[in-house]
Amino acid sequence: MARRLAGFLVLLLVVSICEAAFLFQPISDSHRSAALELFTPDHGSFKSLEETYEALRTFQILGIEKKPDLTATACRSISETVGSSSSTAKDLFYALKANSIAECKIDKKASKGIISRLNAAVSGASSLLDFYYSVGGLVLIKDQSSEADVHLADAEGVFRSVKAFSQSDGRWRYSSSNPESSAFAAGIALETLAGIVSLASSEIDQSLISTLKNDIIKLFDSIEKYDDGALYFDDKLVDGHEYQGPLSTTSSVLRGLTAFAAVTAENLNLPGDTMLGLAKFFLGICVPGDAKDFFNQIDSLACLESNRVSIPLILSFPSTVLSLTRKDSLKVGVSTVLGSEVPSLTVKLVGAFSSGSKDASLVESQELNFDKASGLHILNDLPKSIDVGSYTFVFEVVLHEPEHEEVYFMGSQTKVPISVTGLIKVENSEIAVLDSDLGSIESQKKLDLAGKNAISLSANHLQKLRLSFQLTTPHGRSFKPHQAFLKLRHESKVEHIFVVGNSGKQFEIVLNFLGLVEKFFYLSGKYDMELTIGDAAMNSLLVAIGHIELDLPEAPEKAPRPPPQPVDPYSRYGPKAEITHIFRAPEKRPPQELSLAFLGLTILPLLGFLIGLLRLGVNLKNFPTKPVPATFAVLFHVGIGAVLLLYVFFWVKLDLFQTLKLLGFLGVFLVFVGHRILSHLAAASAKLKSA
Amino acid sequence: MGRTSSTKEDAGALFHSLRSAYAATPVNLKIIDLYVGFAIFTALIQVVYMAMVGSFPFNSFLSGVLSCVGTAVLAGKSNFLSPLFAKDLPPERAFADFVLCNLVLHLVIMNFLG
Repeated sequence: MARRLAGFLVLLLVVSICEAAFLFQPISDSHRSAALELFTPDHGSFKSLEETYEALRTFQILGIEKKPDLTATACRSISETVGSSSSTAKDLFYALKANSIAECKIDKKASKGIISRLNAAVSGASSLLDFYYSVGGLVLIKDQSSEADVHLADAEGVFRSVKAFSQSDGRWRYSSSNPESSAFAAGIALETLAGIVSLASSEIDQSLISTLKNDIIKLFDSIEKYDDGALYFDDKLVDGHEYQGPLSTTSSVLRGLTAFAAVTAENLNLPGDTMLGLAKFFLGICVPGDAKDFFNQIDSLACLESNRVSIPLILSFPSTVLSLTRKDSLKVGVSTVLGSEVPSLTVKLVGAFSSGSKDASLVESQELNFDKASGLHILNDLPKSIDVGSYTFVFEVVLHEPEHEEVYFMGSQTKVPISVTGLIKVENSEIAVLDSDLGSIESQKKLDLAGKNAISLSANHLQKLRLSFQLTTPHGRSFKPHQAFLKLRHESKVEHIFVVGNSGKQFEIVLNFLGLVEKFFYLSGKYDMELTIGDAAMNSLLVAIGHIELDLPEAPEKAPRPPPQPVDPYSRYGPKAEITHIFRAPEKRPPQELSLAFLGLTILPLLGFLIGLLRLGVNLKNFPTKPVPATFAVLFHVGIGAVLLLYVFFWVKLDLFQTLKLLGFLGVFLVFVGHRILSHLAAASAKLKSA
Repeated sequence: MGRTSSTKEDAGALFHSLRSAYAATPVNLKIIDLYVGFAIFTALIQVVYMAMVGSFPFNSFLSGVLSCVGTAVLAGKSNFLSPLFAKDLPPERAFADFVLCNLVLHLVIMNFLG
């Protein structure tokens, strides 16, 4: 937190024209609440020391109070990593980074162990990242433990080995075996080299540092630009693993640049608006949704806030829409990217231009008053020449102390779009029906466009309708709104819209019905009239004026029909008519008594049969008396009865397959039994015949 | 004139002789005749019923009528065969045949009854 308000250092400032047509807001409370939401630890601790460091650093920059339990868990993981002998240089690096904010104590023995391990890592390093972690770790431990003696062996050799990864276009490679180069790696390399210089500045040859300056300038040649003036770095997407994205790449380069600028006294000769362009890039992101992006944005803005190249200042506007009627005043705030204070300066309004016109400025150059209470620069009264409409205001910032000009950078002119609104007076509105030939007024009525109207007119096709009104701005000038329409709607919902033209303040439309007969599809009858006056900068109105009875001639044969009016759009989705299914009416059944009567009648022939049998003298004398044939006979009759019973069941309940199955069994039984009894009977009758 | 009266007398005499001849037939055959008459009569009653109420469940009507007619036919077959082939075909065999065919007929009828 103290770093943000640290004393400002001296360096050169290059003044140049900077066009900022878009507005950027400095960091505000919305960032703080977003940070608290994004950086929530899982069960009290983050997944890795890198994430712990990012969270702590973000909270530190934004001024959010450190939570004690977060610090405690961070300290625990830091001391674990530091104490463990299997931690790599990367783990130690992030542990020390987190420790620089959490400020946990590391004992002497542990620090000595760290230093020796990092030195071993430096001498054994072969890739850019190895150097980065080991050198960075050494820089951090030097800051944190005062008594430890941190010495980088063969600093110049290390410097040269890191420099060996550089390329001629200013980018760096990750290792000698990997041919891919990126600006992200360049940022890492610059940080590493700055670290080497800070550890052993006396040992490094100054010429090496000077050549590094040229590399930086070449790197910044590849910077890319958005239309609103934002500058950023982006690497070509070659391999998905290594690609970092513009935000990460730009923040890496910025970190490297500011680290290097901090350790060298030389002037870097970068174009002046570079830092302002980078500030616009980071501020233009507003609030990122990802924790890593958020950290990159905030860390880079912190680098911009206090760096030795130049500190960009940005203008912010609480409101770019001013109301003439309410007598709003124009308010401007000037701050650094993190929203902290700036030294005393004056904001001047140097010009105001109407949008889309290249005429001379409408206002003279004037200074805004600084209000100490709110910290804003205020223009109390808008000049009389500024009326309702859209303008582009041009501002200039002038620092009071000349030495501050070397530290801060403010593009010399900032253009801002400002809209001025106000209440437009609608006066002298009247509607009249005129006779076409003579131009004499047949009926004329005054309108009150601010209130209700219920005008009733009538006209035939030989007459004209005239509507007129005046629009005046608060300053008494004429005003042309975006929309001025007169709509005539027939009873059958056919509509016609006409644009109301103007000359100066007077708006007038004349409808000559003779020429409009065909356009109106020859529809006579009652037409509702509606007037619309609309613009973003005024109090728009939609007024129902009343109605007019039009008498048009009959339509000829070939006249065009009016277009079919759309049905109520919601009726398409409304419920449809109920469908009643008409089933085939069931057949008429006879009355039950009749059916029962006939059932009885059907039994009658059976009775007749039985009576006939009796009369014929039927007897059962041939029924076998001996037990064995008797049983067979009985079984035979039982079998037939069973089959008939089975048929009854078949009709009532069973299906064909079940019946056939049972019939199979019964049939076999019946055939067997029947054969026995019938053969017995046949033998008996044969005996009788022969006897 | 004598002819017509004689025709009448002949008709009457013919009728009488038929009746007496019929009385002489074996009882077995009379039973079968009675059975056939019963079946046909039942069928007629069903046809009259259908004529009165309409043929809505036509399948039922058909199955009813055909069962009657079928069983009459089978009985008639047994009747017909018997005097001609009495020597070769024992009546028990004919009876077994009659029972079997009736059972099959009634299975089909029950299926069709619905």
